[in-house]
Amino acid sequence: MTFTTFIQHVLTGISLGGAYALIAIGYTMVYGILLLINFAHADIFMMAGYFMIFAMSSMPWFIAIPVVIVVTVALGLAVESVAYKPLRMSPRMSIMISAIGMSYLLQNLAIYLFSALPRAYPVITPLKQSFQIGGVSASLVTILTPVLTIVLVLLLMFLINNTKIGMAMRAVSKDYDTSKLMGIKINRVISFTFIIGSALAAIGSILYFTDRMSVTPFSGILPGLKCFVAAVLGGIGSIPGAVIGGFFIGISETFLVALGYSTFSDAFTFLLLIVILIFRPTGLLGEAITEKV
Amino acid sequence: MSLLEINGLKVNYGGIEALKGIDFHVDEGEIVTLIGANGAGKSTTLKSISGLVRASGGEIRYDGEKISGLDPQKIVARGISLVPEGRRVFPNLTVLENLRIGAYLNKDADAVEQEIERVYKLFPRLEERHWQQAGTLSGGEQQMLAVGRGLMAHPKILMMDEPSLGLAPLIVKDIFKKILEINQSGVTVLLIEQNANAALKIAHRGYVMVTGNITLTGSGTDLLNDASVREAYLGTKTNG
Ligand SMILES: Nc1ncnc2c1ncn2[C@@H]1O[C@H](COP(=O)(O)OP(=O)(O)O)[C@@H](O)[C@H]1O
Ligand SMILES: [Mg+2]
Repeated sequence: MTFTTFIQHVLTGISLGGAYALIAIGYTMVYGILLLINFAHADIFMMAGYFMIFAMSSMPWFIAIPVVIVVTVALGLAVESVAYKPLRMSPRMSIMISAIGMSYLLQNLAIYLFSALPRAYPVITPLKQSFQIGGVSASLVTILTPVLTIVLVLLLMFLINNTKIGMAMRAVSKDYDTSKLMGIKINRVISFTFIIGSALAAIGSILYFTDRMSVTPFSGILPGLKCFVAAVLGGIGSIPGAVIGGFFIGISETFLVALGYSTFSDAFTFLLLIVILIFRPTGLLGEAITEKV
Repeated sequence: MSLLEINGLKVNYGGIEALKGIDFHVDEGEIVTLIGANGAGKSTTLKSISGLVRASGGEIRYDGEKISGLDPQKIVARGISLVPEGRRVFPNLTVLENLRIGAYLNKDADAVEQEIERVYKLFPRLEERHWQQAGTLSGGEQQMLAVGRGLMAHPKILMMDEPSLGLAPLIVKDIFKKILEINQSGVTVLLIEQNANAALKIAHRGYVMVTGNITLTGSGTDLLNDASVREAYLGTKTNG
């Protein structure tokens, strides 16, 4: 591997990792507040892919992008209020099962509405512009993804650490009853968490599919699982952890493929999951997992 | 008319009847204490006043209006704060954030700053520690913070669930002094204690709870001198 191809792969890996990080944040935030692994998150990401296909068929990209974000957020909120909100007082296992059911429902809905055949993902021309720096060539999306990821994460951290709603999110993630005593509306805070997670999944989806060309109803499954592993690796509940996990998995996957182990690259993710769960179940930045009282 | 009136309040947890229809009232300006053994239903009483637990019978009236059945945020907005059992400060928030979140419903930033100043004046220790994560405070400091956070909502009634639990005697003495100070500043206090002795000494009136019922009531001094109370809750045998 020459130095330029090495740099090329690093760029590709960081870019893929950025998209993973944006999706992993959705898993980690929902887990932080509901102790729920939102299996449907991967399928919301997939649906965002279809939304973009339809939006771009009748609008310019700069209108299509905000429209897709808004529609994806609406879908995320709908999933929350239909599948999770009615189970707020139920045992955690019931909500998990509801999440798995919601995931299959969205996949089957996509098959029913759009068929299982791959649909071409639209080209967002400015994102596809390519650069040549030395021997390394890259398209704008490759450079933009990690930069946008970092900017969005910094904004999100600011929101969580310095605003009133962010303070409420941190409080609710620790203690529902005491949060209620403060006058916080728990459901509103949970909805807000889903809004952020779904918006980031929509952005992640645009960045991810722009490099992939097509969407199928199953397009969410593998990236979803990888992003879940990224969240666990970073320490589920921790946003910086999810970002580190996303970049780590994106870069490792890219290099495994580059080195000729592409058949092994998905297995690697799951091997990683098993290793973390055995040796460090709290992940890199996670705190000890405590049962909510 | 009393500020807070509880009439025939019943609460069920599954099949267990934790409150079997209790009546009591709290007048404006008073310190009223509920004493009783572990499991008597004291915490359940405060939780149902706060709206965390739904009553299965009876009603709770505040300022002449029925408040039973309202959501917790409506109840705190009307001026009833609860300092929960076991303090329950938010460990991942700083001391100052814990205070601010106590005034979550208050949209007037200047008023919130004034409340913070008032709490700092009452508990100077909290000002010294304002930047610290609440989870790293000592038990006594966490209790001060929990009380301060309860005051941030500018309540008319401050309900406290066992504020002395697990604290060193010297700190307990200090906490009870602060409760008196809070009351003298015009806040009505409804206090739950296992430390019946200390509670009855500062209370105007008290109620004794036994397994979901109120069995005895009287002024703080009367209850302190009552033979059955002394025997059951103060650990002192009386002769005759
Ligand atoms: N969440 C709950 N679920 C079931 N039973 C409960 C719950 N909370 C309290 N209880 C029961 O209700 C009774 C009263 O409890 P509580 O109000 O906490 O008493 P106290 O505060 O006087 O110690 C006890 O028998 C207790 O076991
Ligand atoms: Mg109790």
